[in-house]
Amino acid sequence: MITVTDLRKVYRQGKKEVVALDGVTLSVPKGSIHGIIGHSGAGKSTLVRCLTLLDRPTAGSVSIDGTELSSVRDSEIRAARRRIGMVFQHANLMDSRTAAGNVAHPLELVRTPKDKIRTKVAELLSLVGLEGFENAYPSQLSGGQRQRVGIARALAADPDVLLCDEPTSALDPATTDEILDLIQDLTRRLQLTVLIITHEMNVVKRVCDSVSLLSKGRIIEHGALQDVAGDLESKLAKALLPLPASEPLKGALQGGPVLEILFAGDNAKEPVLTSVARHFDIDLNVLAGSVETLGGQQFGHLRVQLAENADHDAVLAYLHQRGIGAKLAATKATDSAAPEVSAAPELNDVTGRNL
Amino acid sequence: MNDIFSNPVLAKALPEAIVETLQMVGISAFFTVLVGLPLGVFLHVTAPGGLRPMPVTNRIMSDVIVNITRSIPFAILMVALIPLARLLTGTSLGPIAASVSLSIGTIPFFARLVETCLRDVHHGKIDAAQVMGSTKMQVINKVMLRESLPALVAATTTTVVTLVGYSAMAGLVGGGGLGKLAYNYGFQRFDVTVMIVTIVLIIVLVQVIQLVGEWIARSLDHR
Repeated sequence: MITVTDLRKVYRQGKKEVVALDGVTLSVPKGSIHGIIGHSGAGKSTLVRCLTLLDRPTAGSVSIDGTELSSVRDSEIRAARRRIGMVFQHANLMDSRTAAGNVAHPLELVRTPKDKIRTKVAELLSLVGLEGFENAYPSQLSGGQRQRVGIARALAADPDVLLCDEPTSALDPATTDEILDLIQDLTRRLQLTVLIITHEMNVVKRVCDSVSLLSKGRIIEHGALQDVAGDLESKLAKALLPLPASEPLKGALQGGPVLEILFAGDNAKEPVLTSVARHFDIDLNVLAGSVETLGGQQFGHLRVQLAENADHDAVLAYLHQRGIGAKLAATKATDSAAPEVSAAPELNDVTGRNL
Repeated sequence: MNDIFSNPVLAKALPEAIVETLQMVGISAFFTVLVGLPLGVFLHVTAPGGLRPMPVTNRIMSDVIVNITRSIPFAILMVALIPLARLLTGTSLGPIAASVSLSIGTIPFFARLVETCLRDVHHGKIDAAQVMGSTKMQVINKVMLRESLPALVAATTTTVVTLVGYSAMAGLVGGGGLGKLAYNYGFQRFDVTVMIVTIVLIIVLVQVIQLVGEWIARSLDHR
């Protein structure tokens, strides 16, 4: 379990003070994966440097299982660091060392006996699926294999926390999935506490149990994946269940009000749209939709246009009554979703598209 | 061809000159690496943003000592250091005395090359080593020096080649070696054979150093 409390980091740039972290608080329980998402400049790198004690935070605390890290004396800093294993974007392996040599590196630092290193390295390499690659140099390995060596190295000192800084941002989609599955598998097997810092929503979708949205040095939204995804007003939900920027449908139901509907969990299984159509005796048109399984639950995000004469307030009340998130996106199809685009500026950059 | 073997100067003085040149290059290369390597590490590590920033000391070392020493032409430095050579070796003549000024002339040059090599080690590797709990000495030994070893070997090769050139110059002010032979007999006595033979030998020496250096650097490089 890692707990970060009111972490602040202020840099001096000449006479100006730059606030990189403005009171970050988060807590990740043992055995779970927490994603921290934000675009460049949000403070992700600073957060990583403060967590690994490469930089001292200006104020606030970082603790692992109740042991305070951020206030340890300089002489104890190295022991404290060994409680955190770190996985880097570009693996950062030593080119002059073989795969086995890289994994052995953290063990050599504390003068582990040679035979003990050998068994531990073999064990770690097989854990990440790299048996038989002991003597390969990083230049002979693929990007995904290099990252596997990086993960094995991060685990060598038996850390409690695995900190992953953009672990898949330099990998292709198939390899990304492999590495994320490996991280998830290791988290369960070794009961690790994992923090993944990323700008890719897909990483969060695939492996995270909970997520925080970092913007301008603050966490502006956080929660379990199911909770944030089920909240129609949250920026994270819009990024997790993105709808394409809507083009008004020419010729079809012109001028009818447009609703946004979010189904979560069991609601996603019910035939709500047809029951609305039947109950109010109106026509519906699905303009856009996105369906995902997040944290083992089904989620659906729909943009639906009602017939021109429909009473949208009655429909919304009907949906809310059934515990389904719904709101009016536009009263006319032509100006639909226009305000939505600017509603979540923090995430436009994150996902690389308008929401 | 016959001329080469019948030339009395070559038969008598050449073996000694070769030994003297090798002595000068060998001794000064040893001391250059011995002092220049730690100096280069120190310059890199104490630089702003380095592993252990020491702005004032770094400035003094870098600007005053290294830059001033490097900006003095070697021929002048060599003459200026004769008293120091006499103090350290008891004589101002011979290859061992010449090695003093040769070493002092090339140490700053080598230190700068080392500094550049270390700067090329990717910062992520140093972060990684620190996060896994390395001491500063462990970062220097196991990451900086180890990762830049091929580059350091190449820098050493360049330095030794430079030393061969400097050693020829040192021959003129009493150091002896091939430089002295070429100057005294080839230049002042117009003995073309001696001139050509010494030039060829120096070229061969440089080639051998370069080839060996490149071979070592290549066999160490796993990038």
